[in-house]
Amino acid sequence: MAVTALKPYDFKPRDLQENFQGKQIVYAAWDHHLLFAAAFLICVPPEMTFRDFVEGPLSQLLSLDPDTPAIDWAKAEWLKGKEPFVPDFDRSLAENGIAHKEQLRLRTPGLNTITPEV
Amino acid sequence: MDMKAPEKKLGIKEKYRLLTRDLAWEPTYHSTKEIYPYLEYEGIKIHDWDKWEDPFRLTMDAYWKYQGEKERKFYAIIDAHAQNNGHLNITDGRYLSALKLFLQAISPGEYAAHKGFARVGREFAGAGTQVACQMQALDEIRHAQTQIHALSNYNKYYNGFHAFSEQRDRIWYTSVPRSFFDDAMSAGPFEFMIAIGFSFEYVLTNLLFVPFMSGAAYNGDMATVTFGFSAQSDEARHMTLGLECIKFMLEQDPDNLPIVQRWIDKWFWRGFRVLGLVSTMMDYMLPKRVMSWREAWEIYGVENGGALFKDLAFYGIRPPKGWEDAGKAIDHMSHQFMLGFYQWRFGTAFHSWIPSEEDMNWLSSKYPTTFDKYYRPRWDFIRKAEAEGKPFKNFGLAKLCQCCQLPIVFTEPDDPTTLCNRQTTYKGEIYHFCSDGCQDIFEHEPEKYVQAWLPMPQLFQAPVNGDLMAWMDWAHLRDGEDNGEYPGSADQKNFDRWRGLATSNE
Repeated sequence: MAVTALKPYDFKPRDLQENFQGKQIVYAAWDHHLLFAAAFLICVPPEMTFRDFVEGPLSQLLSLDPDTPAIDWAKAEWLKGKEPFVPDFDRSLAENGIAHKEQLRLRTPGLNTITPEV
Repeated sequence: MDMKAPEKKLGIKEKYRLLTRDLAWEPTYHSTKEIYPYLEYEGIKIHDWDKWEDPFRLTMDAYWKYQGEKERKFYAIIDAHAQNNGHLNITDGRYLSALKLFLQAISPGEYAAHKGFARVGREFAGAGTQVACQMQALDEIRHAQTQIHALSNYNKYYNGFHAFSEQRDRIWYTSVPRSFFDDAMSAGPFEFMIAIGFSFEYVLTNLLFVPFMSGAAYNGDMATVTFGFSAQSDEARHMTLGLECIKFMLEQDPDNLPIVQRWIDKWFWRGFRVLGLVSTMMDYMLPKRVMSWREAWEIYGVENGGALFKDLAFYGIRPPKGWEDAGKAIDHMSHQFMLGFYQWRFGTAFHSWIPSEEDMNWLSSKYPTTFDKYYRPRWDFIRKAEAEGKPFKNFGLAKLCQCCQLPIVFTEPDDPTTLCNRQTTYKGEIYHFCSDGCQDIFEHEPEKYVQAWLPMPQLFQAPVNGDLMAWMDWAHLRDGEDNGEYPGSADQKNFDRWRGLATSNE
């Protein structure tokens, strides 16, 4: 649908990638780990490898959860947006097709101390 | 000599007729369309503006007299509150967080409502409508002023009250009501009336004001009770204006029904999201609680709202689309919000705290199906971590909803263990939402919401460029004073010390 307006109405989005000084936003969440109230907003360069992303900013943020030391990254499952996703840890975020404002979801079935699965 | 017959004194009805109907003259040297350019583009069809009835028929002189009297009473009470250290009569300093949240998030909304009604009072063509909107515009600015004056007494003693007008535009949770009002004010006059006059004033206002003002009374805050009463007596007029407006639109033309219904769906959902802030206040921030958010929803949402939509069914209106999802969220939302406020406490201009064992027992009695199962384990973990000297601080920023701008703390309507994930791609850009309700609103008018100024992504753009301390300076948030946990804060120390001085011989 188009906006209800009297005159042409076309404005630039405020969160275009060009506004982030060479970086991009990646949203990341850990399913069934609701000690964290919402998905994380992480601002990183698209050239960063997936491994550096996981071992750097993501692991740092996740470290507050008691399950974190038990994560087996080799077995962890991922979603990108709504789709299952198998990341290549040694390629960059861009090469993994992780676009600006993409949502990643980490899944570790069986590992959920504080938020039980229904 | 002829005696001049004394002029007959006008009755109030006659006075009002003369006051209003003479405003509706026929223009001669401009077209009606030039004078009222915004009346048609929303698609609402009006055939006869004289059918708009204002049952209050309040004339300006009666209005001034009535409001002036209320002002005198109000200022007498807040002067007494200031002179007698009324701030020390509140139950506990934790109550101040509810007041700060109100001042930062709600009072600027009163001011925005003033601007909005002043504008639509000019944009509508009917004289009755113009007068009613103008009076409401005056009411709203009076509400903003009395709230700011009442709470300025607290600003003399406590942190977090000093920069509400800047913070309204700069902090992540105040951007929620701000975007609500910006959305309404950038809509046409009819949509504005459904947004503020109907959805907010009629459907949702009792959920905001009644619990908040009873909370103030329960917690010994006479200043707030007084502005509450002073404002509440205007609400009957506001609610009537909102209801008259919706009936007027529906009676004027059958083509108006689908447009009005869509606005009701939209503005119910946007209002419900704003009210999430109130749920947290009721369930967590009041040291002496009035009722739970769930209980307030039963009375003011289910019973009153249900009755209203039954009446409107006569016109073909059905309950808002998000009604069912709202019902499913009631037992979760206050807990989800408070966990968010607590873990992002570096970025709030009020204090939060871990609920005590007693608080949690109250919560589990009020939320028997959800609190112990989902939320108590999280607070237990957080409390244990704190006791071990590892306070739970989430330094990650959060994903926000492109429409309501709240952090997406909400879970799927039918699965309280999975965060709600909704996204869409528009012109190559990804956008995220907290719910189907917010996604529907975006998809109907994406051009409007792509421009949303979302506080968390903005923090990584110029000029702040991800520097949290720079952001705090810009947001007038004084680190270590306004933010963080209540225990150990200056507010806690000062309140306890001054109250000790007032109640003992120390």
